[in-house]
Amino acid sequence: MEAILLRARGVTDSRRLDTYLAAGGYDGLRKALALPPDVVIQTVLDSELRGRGGAGFPTGRKWSFIPKDHPGPRYLICNADESEPGTFKDRELIEYDPHMVIEGIAIAARAIRANTAYIYIRGEFVRWAKILEEAIAEARSRGLIGRDACGSGIAIDIWVHRGAGAYICGEETALIESLEGKRGFPRLKPPFPAIVGVFGKPTVVNNVETLACVPHIMTRGAAWFAAIGKPRNTGPKLFCVSGHVNRPGVFELPLGVTFREIIEEHAGGIRAGHRLKAFFPGGSSAPILTADEIDVEADFDSCAKAGTMLGSGAVIVLDETVDIVEAAANLAHFYAHESCGQCTPCREGSAWAGEVLDRILAGHGRSLDIETLTRICRFASNGMTICPLGDAFSLPISSMVAKFRAEFEARIATAQPLPAKKFPVLPWAGPGQGF
Amino acid sequence: MSTEPIRAAAAADLEEVHFDSPMEARIADLQSRYPTARAALLPILWECQERFGWISHGVIRAVADRLGESPATIEGVVTFYTMYRTEPPARFVLQVCETLSCDVSGGRDLLDHLHRRLGIGPGETTADGKFHIQGVQCLGACGAAPVIQINDDYYENLIPAKLDAVLDELAGKE
Repeated sequence: MEAILLRARGVTDSRRLDTYLAAGGYDGLRKALALPPDVVIQTVLDSELRGRGGAGFPTGRKWSFIPKDHPGPRYLICNADESEPGTFKDRELIEYDPHMVIEGIAIAARAIRANTAYIYIRGEFVRWAKILEEAIAEARSRGLIGRDACGSGIAIDIWVHRGAGAYICGEETALIESLEGKRGFPRLKPPFPAIVGVFGKPTVVNNVETLACVPHIMTRGAAWFAAIGKPRNTGPKLFCVSGHVNRPGVFELPLGVTFREIIEEHAGGIRAGHRLKAFFPGGSSAPILTADEIDVEADFDSCAKAGTMLGSGAVIVLDETVDIVEAAANLAHFYAHESCGQCTPCREGSAWAGEVLDRILAGHGRSLDIETLTRICRFASNGMTICPLGDAFSLPISSMVAKFRAEFEARIATAQPLPAKKFPVLPWAGPGQGF
Repeated sequence: MSTEPIRAAAAADLEEVHFDSPMEARIADLQSRYPTARAALLPILWECQERFGWISHGVIRAVADRLGESPATIEGVVTFYTMYRTEPPARFVLQVCETLSCDVSGGRDLLDHLHRRLGIGPGETTADGKFHIQGVQCLGACGAAPVIQINDDYYENLIPAKLDAVLDELAGKE
């Protein structure tokens, strides 16, 4: 397919405003500013664009939840936290085409009648935060955004806000808390951010890639966008392929291609002399798929039907050299580190799962460990926690246990019991010496 | 790429912190972007870390005074996030990604190599205060695994030989 979101990759000076304007940049914003906001929302609804951050919620519907009679202000937030393991697509968009993201933000802000937008970018992305700030300054100096966006009399201000290292801040309510200058603790929903969001006002949080689609929908029309991909799963999608493939990277493909095509054709197949063992279809929080499931189609509904999720489109490919128990332990430690600590099932469960897996790896597994892991995962998922981090750690781990049970059992079968603990006795330090 | 060393203020100089007028102006500019005073907290902390190299208790008290919050509230935020440093850092902080994609693409070899070359493991600092190794979670550069972030810069597709060249260059900087 023609490059849409990645059309600027490889173009010289692609970040400069003039390059973007020459390619028809900011036409979508001018068009949106001339239309009533409801028409802009309807256009995005008609395009059937679904959120690219992980949940796949229809973007137009999210926008339409903003109350029409609210006196304001309202806020738009662009989620550039990009912290799901395996995901590195937003960084690519910002690197090559920051103005596409900025234009998308401005259109979305117009659609929900927000005058202020924030880009929440993860703290490690120092370089990309600078790129965005430069691009915003350039667009502001030409009057494309700012107090009088494109001469329309409508104010659209955009600010870059850097996070400071917390996976959980990619969750929209944690992001909102963080933007307010607090710890990134997810909020209970309802109320949803569309009603009570940042600073207590109606707020929409959209992923970078979602917003990057919007200028194209405005200029080329909803029908054009909906014709790409499959019904209900429309448009181009960025797939990030990492792990044991010959050509890891970001590939722009229509939704609905098979994972076989992504892995074997675009990512160049598994490295020489090895074969596919398993892959995560949508970041490490999506249940794992085995080599036999490579013909699943990469779209929201097909992945759901296969018992997993498309998530952010991050395909992590593992070949036969990977020990699934080790991979499970690696992920358990990731989630234990990133759990915000509010909910017991997630805070304790992720750390507990990590301990059990470490013990199995150390050769001290017990016959009940598999049952314990399954139980921990069941207790942390299905709405037992405030935010989806509980599911994010328990679904992949329970899927690895279910699909590669033999590997866990083999480790446990050869395990030795842990040596008995000795009660620690402090050495006698002489009379009058306290502890 | 030219990674500059972190210039950290000495702990003794950060016991009592007063913001000078350029810093005050910068804080006022940051605050003008948000409807509440507190929303500027993360950017203000970044500003402080850039200026002093790390966030001491003195810095926390100064920020708390400036925002009308208690020092405990500010400290709660500082320690929630992993990137604010609460101790004077080494000149170069090597943040080695340990999450799955890097782990299966040679991330462990890099840690072993660093241990052989510098004699330190994750969480440790060389005796001369030049290098510190930190094991970190996903840096969002999995397509270029394995990855190490040194101070603000990403070093991607690293193999031990390439890492050696980087360390040689950094070791020459004061």
